[in-house]
Amino acid sequence: MTDSTILLLAIFIPAGVTFLIAALGSRPNLRDGASVLAAIATFIAVLTLLGPVMEGARPEVALFEVMPGLLLAFSIEPLGMLFAVVASGLWIVTAVYSIGYMRGAGEKKQTRFYICFAIAISGALGIAFSANLFTLFIFYEILTISTYPLVAHKETPEARKGARTYLAILMTTSIAFLLVGIVWVWNIAGTLDFRAGGILDGKLDPSFAPFLLALFAFGIGKAALMPFHRWLPAAMVAPTPVSALLHAVAVVKAGVFTMLKVGTYIFGVGFLSKTGASDWLIWLAAASILIASIVALTKDDLKARLAYSTVSQLSYITLGMALANQMGVIGGSMHIATHAVGKITLFMCAGAIYVAAHKTKISELDGLGRKMPITFIAFTIAALSIIGLPPMGGAWSKWYLMLASADAGQIAIIGVLMLSSLLNVAYLLPIPARAFFAAPSARPAHSLGAAAAPGDQIEEAPLFCLVPICITAVGCIVLFFAIGGLYEFLLHIPILPETTP
Amino acid sequence: MEEIVFDFGFVLTHYNYWMFVVLMMTGLYITVSRGNLVKKVVGLNIFQTAVFLLYVSMGKIVGGTAPILTGEPGTVYSNPLPHVLILTAIVVGIATTALALALVVRIRETYDTIEEDEIIALELAMDTTAKASAAGSER
Amino acid sequence: MLAMIEANLPALQVVLPMLAAPICAMLGRGARAWALTMVAVLLAFAVAVSLFVATLDGTIISYRMGNWAPPIGIEYRVDILNAFVLLVISGIALFVLPYARASVAHEISEERQPLFYSAFLLCLTGLLGVTITGDAFNIFVFLEISSLSTYALIATGAERNKRALTAAYNYLIMGTVGATFFVIGIGMLYMITGTLNLADLAQRIAEHGDSRTLRMGFVFILIGVGLKLAMFPLHLWLPNAYSFAPSAVTAFIAATATKVAIYVLLRFMFTVFGFDYDFQAATLRHVVLPLAIVAMFAASIVAVFQDDLKRMLAYSSIAQVGYMLLGLTFLSHTGLMASVIHLFNHAVTKGALFMVAGCYIFAAGTSSISSLRGIGRDMPWTTAAFVVAGLSLIGLPLTVGFVSKWYLVLAALELNWWPVALLIMASSLLAIIYIWRVVETAYLQPAPEGVVRKEAPLWMLLPTWGLAALSVFFGTYAALTTAAASRAASALISASNMLWQ
Repeated sequence: MTDSTILLLAIFIPAGVTFLIAALGSRPNLRDGASVLAAIATFIAVLTLLGPVMEGARPEVALFEVMPGLLLAFSIEPLGMLFAVVASGLWIVTAVYSIGYMRGAGEKKQTRFYICFAIAISGALGIAFSANLFTLFIFYEILTISTYPLVAHKETPEARKGARTYLAILMTTSIAFLLVGIVWVWNIAGTLDFRAGGILDGKLDPSFAPFLLALFAFGIGKAALMPFHRWLPAAMVAPTPVSALLHAVAVVKAGVFTMLKVGTYIFGVGFLSKTGASDWLIWLAAASILIASIVALTKDDLKARLAYSTVSQLSYITLGMALANQMGVIGGSMHIATHAVGKITLFMCAGAIYVAAHKTKISELDGLGRKMPITFIAFTIAALSIIGLPPMGGAWSKWYLMLASADAGQIAIIGVLMLSSLLNVAYLLPIPARAFFAAPSARPAHSLGAAAAPGDQIEEAPLFCLVPICITAVGCIVLFFAIGGLYEFLLHIPILPETTP
Repeated sequence: MEEIVFDFGFVLTHYNYWMFVVLMMTGLYITVSRGNLVKKVVGLNIFQTAVFLLYVSMGKIVGGTAPILTGEPGTVYSNPLPHVLILTAIVVGIATTALALALVVRIRETYDTIEEDEIIALELAMDTTAKASAAGSER
Repeated sequence: MLAMIEANLPALQVVLPMLAAPICAMLGRGARAWALTMVAVLLAFAVAVSLFVATLDGTIISYRMGNWAPPIGIEYRVDILNAFVLLVISGIALFVLPYARASVAHEISEERQPLFYSAFLLCLTGLLGVTITGDAFNIFVFLEISSLSTYALIATGAERNKRALTAAYNYLIMGTVGATFFVIGIGMLYMITGTLNLADLAQRIAEHGDSRTLRMGFVFILIGVGLKLAMFPLHLWLPNAYSFAPSAVTAFIAATATKVAIYVLLRFMFTVFGFDYDFQAATLRHVVLPLAIVAMFAASIVAVFQDDLKRMLAYSSIAQVGYMLLGLTFLSHTGLMASVIHLFNHAVTKGALFMVAGCYIFAAGTSSISSLRGIGRDMPWTTAAFVVAGLSLIGLPLTVGFVSKWYLVLAALELNWWPVALLIMASSLLAIIYIWRVVETAYLQPAPEGVVRKEAPLWMLLPTWGLAALSVFFGTYAALTTAAASRAASALISASNMLWQ
């Protein structure tokens, strides 16, 4: 099989497996098995591509021409490869976790859930491999639409309201800003291909560059840059596997990935730093980092706190792009991987706590650490990674982002990053601290859930939930030691235009 | 030379167009202002007839006869084309009037009135009852 | 024999359905009349296809009716633009008819059905005639044939709701006023030029230059046609007419009647008056452009607050007409292309949506949105078609709506009309609101108890899905439509460049 065939396979296995899942709807075991197998197959396909791409191959495939000059085409470069590996790898973990969660929590309409989930992964891989902005936009919207039923899964009025906010913000930003930006690029550059060094240099009047960048920065709503971040907390009404994979990995990372991609391959880092078009974005991203962290402090709902933490962490990556130097791009891309592994662990822990103890509030977690030690140890590891302490992977991405700030001469940003780490400590560490060290609440009937599962009967979540959590928690540590290879790989992201004529 | 602000001669020699304008506006006004559905149709007819006049007078040439070949050289004929066109337009107009009146008959049968304001009141009442029943079924 | 048919294709296009109409009225039974209509429509479609193929390379077919030479005789003149429109009209008829069988049998009593089909054929005749003829007065005659039969068709909705009668009456009054305005305009042009042949008119107007009479003629024609195409604020007849007409009629006229009026406007503006007619350009920019934008917003906002699905779609149509008019006002190749593409795209999309509304009426007896709660489960296929066509109306990629939006925004950006580009996108966000309101009601709300709703019959579903599928197909392979539209726009521009030199 050629690389291009594998590329298409990777995108279409998840899409194709939906038919199988639909057909097996009445047999849950087979259906869930199919979903896990598809995840493994997709991951293998992506891994097969990883080798050639590391050696410098750039598999390409053009499917067909949608409008004159606008091709539905895929090609792989290091950044996309990284995103694809992260998304498809964590899909396996989540697929296993979903089985435990969905059955444990007794969710309805599981077939629809798995179908939409697979389509969403297909969309994420399509985004990762797209060869031009047009293809990227198509899969971006596919991702939006396919995740809507997942957010609205519970069909309660709150779920409907949350899903409405979710769809409204993502669609509004993508159609009102992103699409206009894309058409603008097409109008002045005559192409939408991602090219090393960007396609706008010499074509765009530098005084307009900040405006075009603004169309992209706000148009890519999935990057949750403030003030268009409201959809992410709203999406937390979804079942936890959705929050875990989609709203910590696939969807939000698709957003920041698009941001990085636009910065590197459309504007070009050189063009951005030369014109200073992204200076304003540095400050907006910094503000977004701090404000979201402070808001996270005030949230008592565990998932809401994690959601705001995500908003804050996503802005790190936007910041990496806005700093407009190589270190920034590398740090940003690295953060895609490290934050993904860390945050998915946190979300899966939150889900495990919900399944095992029916608790969603941080204030109810007192003393739970002794009943669910594995869950909370994993939570602690992941939290440390998000904060950025060695020996967790998160330490490295923050390190490179600080280097990038220094390179760009933005000393104040280093301060922001450090302050943000402190805030991370403040909003993440109290959670395991309460669970391990606080005495169990004296009022067991505080919530309905506690009444259903009296305090002394709480035990660890099902094995299907627990194993994925352990895997990703270990992943946080592994990333710390494996970072050299990742760094080498990310150095291949072309920053300068190709010199060959 | 001063510009002629109001050329009386021009107005007089083009009186046919003035007639057209007056008739047209009369017809349009009746169509818009009358509440009686039949009167509206009457207004529409006057409006259309005005246009017929416009066309017919446009094709008339001073001193011209009906466009029938007489064999004499030098005969001035009126332009037959607009006249023929207006025959078609008249047919269209009759068809429109017939259809409109047929509709009025049906409206009279179902609504028991041909006054626009009464019909609107009836339809408003229909709307409110429909909404009330929809609201009732929701409970 | 074949050669004779080929030579007389333009005449056959109109004559076939016209001859079938009276025969249809004489067949006493609905089924027989339907079969005959089907045959006539099939033939008309075949003729339209062969005309389209014949003109694709830029040939202009000129046909002398009754062998009278133009400009005295009536000329049928087929170029790529009207061949395209002919194809759209007869194609939509081909989709609507199979659908009409069950829908009409449900909504109209047996003895009236032959008359219904006869009126349908007359309406088709009129629409085809308007499009194919090259004679200004002939346009009026055909316009009235189609309008009169449309009034009758709308009035047949009285068996379900007596308000169809007043809707038809009001449409008749306004439509006749519009048509008469149109005739006055033509009279003015005739006064200046002494000809009614469109090509001849164009030449003589250009020789003659601007004059007050010409301006009056232009304005009368604009208002006359504006009434027919529901140009804001001349749209008052449309919502009631579309809401209370039988479903099949609504689907047909919504997809074709306004499109034909747009065609007439295009023809007059660019073939007769010419691109460079200053007064026209000024009117378009200062009057039509603002009106189009107001229509896009006002009608969409009103649509958001409608409870009846058909009425909501009717207001949406007024907004969509705004897009088509907007394309004209750019006075550029891309702008014209956008109009022509949207003419086709909207026909397909809105046809599908109104068919879905008809299916709901057939199965649930109502198209009131509040009574559609939970209908997504009872009628999965119909509702899925609504989602697909709805996404196209919003303008998501890989649907035809996206292609239209793309070219509209591109045309605006080419002229550096920033605010207009953003307004186009902002107004399509309103489409998200009104479409999604229905989707949410249909899928996420519990069905009312004790209501039995069955999926619509196959022969209604197939055409509905056919149009919905077309809206995806031509959104994916937009090269086909864009090529046709691009050639049509070029033809209009090159024809008009020869004038006013």
